[in-house]
Amino acid sequence: MPKRTFTREQRTPIVQGMLVFVLILVMLQLWLLTATMNAYLGGDDRVVWPAALASIACFTLNAGLVAYLRRLD
Amino acid sequence: MATPIPERETISVPPDGRPLDQQPAWRQDFPIDWPQDSYIERRDFVKFLTLTSLAFAVGQLWIAGKSWLRSRELPAGAKRIASTADLSVGASLVFDYPAPHDSCILVRLAEAEYVAFSQKCTHLSCAVIARPDQGVFHCPCHEGSFELRTGRVIAGPPPRPLPRIRLQFEGDEIFATGVEGGMV
Repeated sequence: MPKRTFTREQRTPIVQGMLVFVLILVMLQLWLLTATMNAYLGGDDRVVWPAALASIACFTLNAGLVAYLRRLD
Repeated sequence: MATPIPERETISVPPDGRPLDQQPAWRQDFPIDWPQDSYIERRDFVKFLTLTSLAFAVGQLWIAGKSWLRSRELPAGAKRIASTADLSVGASLVFDYPAPHDSCILVRLAEAEYVAFSQKCTHLSCAVIARPDQGVFHCPCHEGSFELRTGRVIAGPPPRPLPRIRLQFEGDEIFATGVEGGMV
């Protein structure tokens, strides 16, 4: 059985920190989505692609954190 | 002989912090590992939030796709709306532009001054009513008001101005030639 890098006591604060980070990114994405939808419906298409790229970047970060979380277990 | 010390990883800590032999029988029979439970809860919440994050990213891509499709649409052509004789000063006329169900409203403000806007309120798409005597377009659903000359919001919940319809005059005929700001 491979030796775990972190004990359970160490993993709990790691996952809590990760949770806070993911929560902030998801809130940023929610704000981006509402602001982009508002701009799009108002006829302003300039922000649509930069906002989509920013949102994808947030998701990539979140997915990377989840991948790290799976390696912790 | 010394009592074996349990490994830290297998310790079950009851929520009240008392030792296991002071806990109710049911908890002694089915001890719950609270720190582990708390860890798993947070880990699963992170996974759920990541799924939410994926949904937001897909939503952004959907808007971007719609925007791209909109940019490829051909500009709406000119369409005859009315003749200047059809509309007295202060009167309004409802017409469809650019698509058959895109309701718009033309108002004659003065002898030679006309304005036209989409009739859909930018709040929840109710039909706005022209009130030239008050200088506003009024939305009766949620008491929204737009300025008659510019279409900008002056009261109520609408978040954006009314999209303006470009007008062109050829003799006595009035034509709609385009939409400024995109239809809702």
